[in-house]
Amino acid sequence: MRTAISKTIHDGDCLYLSGFTHLIPFAAGHEIIRQGFEDLTLARATPDLVYDRMIAAGCVKKVLFSWAGNPGVGSLHAFRRAVEDGVPNEIRTEEYTHSATAARLRAGAHGLPFLPVRTFEGSTLPEHNDTIRKIDNPYGDDRIYVVPPLEPDVSVVRAQRADREGNAHLWGITGEIPDAAYAADRVVLAVEELVDESVIASDPNRTRIPGHLVDYVVEEPYGAHPSYAQGYYNRDNEAYQAWENASATHERLLEWLDEWVYAVDDHTEYLEKLGVGRLQSLEPEATYTAPANVGAYTGGTTHD
Amino acid sequence: MTEYTKSELMVASAAREIHDDDAVFVGIGVPTLACGLAKQLHAPNLTMIYESGTIDTTFDELPLSIGDPELAGGSRSIVSLYDVFCKYLQAGRIDVGFLGGAQIDRYGNINSTVIGDYDDPTVRLPGSGGACEIASNANRTVIITPHEPRRLPESVDFATSPGHVTTDDEPTRSGSPEAIITDKAIMRFDESGDANVESIHPGVRPDEVQQATGWELSLDGVDETAEPKEKELDIIRNRLDPNRRYTG
Repeated sequence: MRTAISKTIHDGDCLYLSGFTHLIPFAAGHEIIRQGFEDLTLARATPDLVYDRMIAAGCVKKVLFSWAGNPGVGSLHAFRRAVEDGVPNEIRTEEYTHSATAARLRAGAHGLPFLPVRTFEGSTLPEHNDTIRKIDNPYGDDRIYVVPPLEPDVSVVRAQRADREGNAHLWGITGEIPDAAYAADRVVLAVEELVDESVIASDPNRTRIPGHLVDYVVEEPYGAHPSYAQGYYNRDNEAYQAWENASATHERLLEWLDEWVYAVDDHTEYLEKLGVGRLQSLEPEATYTAPANVGAYTGGTTHD
Repeated sequence: MTEYTKSELMVASAAREIHDDDAVFVGIGVPTLACGLAKQLHAPNLTMIYESGTIDTTFDELPLSIGDPELAGGSRSIVSLYDVFCKYLQAGRIDVGFLGGAQIDRYGNINSTVIGDYDDPTVRLPGSGGACEIASNANRTVIITPHEPRRLPESVDFATSPGHVTTDDEPTRSGSPEAIITDKAIMRFDESGDANVESIHPGVRPDEVQQATGWELSLDGVDETAEPKEKELDIIRNRLDPNRRYTG
C-alpha cells in the first residue's frame, strides 16, 4: 500500500475512497496521513471516520460529501471543527445528496457530461452549490436538476478477493465501489485476499471491478477495519462508538493519530496493536452461496 | 393498562402508518422497529428497503447503521447506491419513507444541514444523505422527532428536504409529508400542506404541546393517541428491541 499510495497520489489531487459503510479503505487513509499529503480534495458520500482522521491530520483543503456523520453514533467532530472553527485549517465543502453524489460518480463512470436527478426541488441545497443546475427537459415541458460528472484523480477501492491482474470479486453492499473505479483516472485496489485467476474466472458475474481499470493491487487483510468486509469480519461498532470520545477535541484526536497512525509503521503493525483477540471477536460464522451451474465451455473457466 | 415508554408509543404509532404491501425506505431506530412491528401484525407483505441498497431486508439483530452486514445477509437483492435511489425512489417504487431532522416546520420542511448561516454555521449537521430524495420521491413521508420548541420552529434555518412547497415548475416532485409523530402528539398535514394536531398522547396536556411548538395550533377537540396494545409491546420488547436500545 505504501508504494501504491506514493506512486498514484500527488498533493492537490481529488481522491475518492469508496465503500458505502462496507469495505471502507481505512488502511489506505492511514497511509495517506503517514505520507503527509496536503491540499487534497476528498470526495465520499459519507466522509465517515476515515476522512475525519485525514481532515484532523491537515491533509485536506476540500470535502465533497452528502452525509457527514458517524453512522449510528453522532457527529464527525474533526469535520465539524474544520467547518465551524477552521481547525486545523479551513476546508471548503461541496455538498450534495446521496443520489446526487451517486449520480456524479455514475456520470463520471459513463463518460457523460451530466445526469438528471429527481431531487432538490424545494430544497435550499442548490442555492449553495452552483454545480447543481436545472435544465429544460428536451422531451417535455418541465425542467429537471442535473449534476456534472465526478472524475477523481485517484479512487481507492476495496473488494473481498482479486487475482494479480486486479479482477475483483465483490459481494455484500456494493455501494458506489464499481462506479468509483470506472470514474477515476487511477485506481488502487486493496483486497482481503489475493486468489488464483481460476477462482475469479469461475464466477465472472461476481467480478464487479475488472482488472483493466486497476493500476495497483494490494493484498491487505482487515484493511477496512473498523468498517467491515462481508464474510471476513464484522463492523467494529465499538470502535465507531469510541471515536465519539477519541475525536471530541482536536488535541485528543492528534493523540489518537500519534498512537494508531504515526507510531505504527504500516497496516500490519496496526493489526498487531489491535490484537488477535479483537480481530477474532469480529469474525462472522461462515455461510456459503449455493453453487451455480455455469456450464463447461472450451477456453472458459480453466487456465493452464 | 401496562406501562409503556414514549418511544414504544412512537413505534406503535409509526407502525400504523404502514399498510400491507407497502415498500418502505427504512432508517435506523424507530423506523426499523415500526417496520418490524407492522410486518409481524398488519403488514406481512411489507418490503423493507435500506438506502445501502438492500432490497426486501429481514434481520435478527437490530442494525446500528443502514449498511450493516446483517442487512446484506438478510436481503433478497442488493443493488448499487445509484440504483437504490434511481430504480426505487426516483422511479416511484417507494410508498413510505421515514425522516427526522434538527428542525421541522409546519409545512414539513426539514433541516438536517446547519443551524445558523450556511457559510458560517453555529452547528454543522450531517446533511441530507438520502433525505432530500426520500422527501421528494416517497409517496408518503412520515417524520419522527422529539417534540421540543427548537425542533419545531416556525421556520427552518435551511430546507434540506422539501415539505409542502409550491413552485412554478415542480412536475418532477411527487412526494409529500404525511404526518409528524413526536413524543407528545401526532400531527397530520392537511390539503393546504399545513401540519395540524390529530391526537395528543395520553398524559400530555394540550398547552404542553402548544408550548413545544413554534406555530399556533388548533387544539380544540383533538383525540387522544391510541395506546400501544399488549401484543405490540410484547413484540417490541421481546422480539424487536430486547436490549431496549431504542425503546427504553
